[in-house]
Amino acid sequence: MTTEKVSETQSSVDEGASHPAGKSASNNVIALMMTRFRRGDSGMIPIVIGLFVMGIYFETRSSAFLSVGNLTNLAIQASIFVILGMAEVWLLLLGEIDLSAGFTAGLGGAVAVILVDLQFHWPWYAALSTALLVSVAVGALWGLLVIGLRLPSFIVTLAGQFGLQGALIWVVDSQGTGGTISVHETVLYNIVYGNLTPLFTWIFIVGTVAIMSFNMIRKNARRSAQNLESQPTLILGMKVGGMLVAGVLAGWVFNSNRGTFTKLNGMPYAIVVVGVILAASTFILNKTKPGRYLYAIGGNAEAARRAGIAVDRYRMLAFVLTGLTSGIAGLVYVSQLNGISDGIQGGTLVLYAVASAVIGGTSLFGGRGKMMHALIGGFVIATIYNGLALLQFGSAQQYIATALVLLAAVTIDSLARRGSTIVK
Amino acid sequence: MDDTPENNGHTGSEVGPTEPAGSGVAPSASMLLSLRGITKSFGAVQALQHVDLDVPAGQVTALIGDNGAGKSTLIKTVAGIWAPTSGSVYWKGKEVHIHTPRDAAHLGIATVYQDLALCDNLDIVENMYLGREETKVGVLDEITMELATKKTLKDLSVSTVKSVRQVVGSLSGGQRQAVAVARAVMRESELVILDEPTAALGVSQTAQVLDLIRTLSGRGIAVIVISHNLNDVFAVADRIAVMYLGNLVSHGPIANYDRNSAVEMITTGRSDRVPSSLASSN
Repeated sequence: MTTEKVSETQSSVDEGASHPAGKSASNNVIALMMTRFRRGDSGMIPIVIGLFVMGIYFETRSSAFLSVGNLTNLAIQASIFVILGMAEVWLLLLGEIDLSAGFTAGLGGAVAVILVDLQFHWPWYAALSTALLVSVAVGALWGLLVIGLRLPSFIVTLAGQFGLQGALIWVVDSQGTGGTISVHETVLYNIVYGNLTPLFTWIFIVGTVAIMSFNMIRKNARRSAQNLESQPTLILGMKVGGMLVAGVLAGWVFNSNRGTFTKLNGMPYAIVVVGVILAASTFILNKTKPGRYLYAIGGNAEAARRAGIAVDRYRMLAFVLTGLTSGIAGLVYVSQLNGISDGIQGGTLVLYAVASAVIGGTSLFGGRGKMMHALIGGFVIATIYNGLALLQFGSAQQYIATALVLLAAVTIDSLARRGSTIVK
Repeated sequence: MDDTPENNGHTGSEVGPTEPAGSGVAPSASMLLSLRGITKSFGAVQALQHVDLDVPAGQVTALIGDNGAGKSTLIKTVAGIWAPTSGSVYWKGKEVHIHTPRDAAHLGIATVYQDLALCDNLDIVENMYLGREETKVGVLDEITMELATKKTLKDLSVSTVKSVRQVVGSLSGGQRQAVAVARAVMRESELVILDEPTAALGVSQTAQVLDLIRTLSGRGIAVIVISHNLNDVFAVADRIAVMYLGNLVSHGPIANYDRNSAVEMITTGRSDRVPSSLASSN
């Protein structure tokens, strides 16, 4: 992936470079993967393997699991966890947390639903931007309290969770529709239930894979032109090949007919939304100064301050971005629910979001994490959710399974780290 | 700087170790940094009392003294952590006011603190450029930064680091010290202040850091080293400045001191041996 930091791939080169590329190249790749795993540097490989294992297990228990209809459904379920998980990554990188994000999403979604429908009839773009402004304002408020008054974000946003739940109930009930408001507006409805045409689905997927591969190959070429350590061609090829296979599979799933009575195919807009947020956020984190500073502040805030970085300004930026991303999650959420109710489980939702990021490999203590982690972790949680529901299990089993996966992810990570040379 | 180390050494011997501190002699333009009458009070506590100090370019000045003698307080005044209560700071003969670390960095003063102030989760290149990254149309220019980092480390003869894309948390104490110093050098600092650079280091790593300090002064950079370790001081310093209870009790070329006189100065603030050692060395 282009999102991968050079520092991660670099260590692999150290070992790989000492052997000339040849017939033993594939052995070297496996050997260095093992080395990286033992050093706690294995990245997302174990959790991706775990995801496949879960998929195979559910498919053997219920043949409906790998049907194109269910996979699309799973992707939509995952998109909520993924977007809210990405919202949390901004703050987790700083060692902070936002426990109110679920209700920030809920409130943002409610504002959008109310403004497009009923007596207001705002145009969709005005309603959606207002909803996002509300979410940004909520994030900024937590930022002001945490940074300005030096309060712990855990407590501020815990209070925020209660406060926003109250605000949500108040706003929704004030509409006099009995605690639920449904969506009757096309754009909001279509975020989840509208699809790209099959042609545009392919254009989107092929374009994404092409851009990512091009960037990866170009970066490698530039590095080797300057005699800097670059990735072995085999690994580069494996990455490009992996992206191609994943892209073709995704395109095939989304473009197959999943309708029962009428034809239904194409990629849901919600997946496009996830892709755009993932790309934009990863770009900010990996390629720009603000992103670099967020990692620095999360790693050692005092060092960042002495390096002349306006630490508080960038912490505020993270709170605002968490608010904004939560707001987008809220829009997807109300689209999926086809409305908003005063009883949404914002508290549970935010815990799933934090779990998504942590399962993917983001640290709770700051300085280490990626947007990609929320994507992988969100899919893991959605798979548990979706698979167990197909097997007729209830919420009891879903909660317990999620608990076990979260514990397993943290344990594997911690054990691998203990054997690692990286002191962290 | 038009001063060669030779004529700086000459100037230094004129000041002499026995000259009383706080004499208020006008700062010489040949000195890179001159402090005159620096006093720092924290409420009723006077941490620094009329400190006069001259730091020539291209030489290593060791700042020694017992715990609480005021070494770090003095350094922080130069580094811009706080302003002195009274007194003047001269940079290349001109009076300057250093209020923030940024002011100090702007003049060309870099401080490497004991706790190093590196981000363990960032790699060497990222740490070297932290706060002043190179960009191309707003996007980080990793290749330029990596090449410059490699060059700087090579110039400083730091060869123990395997890859500049290692995270700093995986480095040894000596390597971390080298990265912190290299960062100061890369920013074209003219004065590098090292706070206990060899504290917590093993024998071979200490030797590496001392080599690095010699390389710095060989490049015409002035170095101030705070140290408790007299072995290191006599191994690397060109000049010594001794602090005792907030006063700079003595400073001058290293030839004017020996281990015994230095220890006496550190513990009692004065030494009867100095005049005799002066006489013998002259």
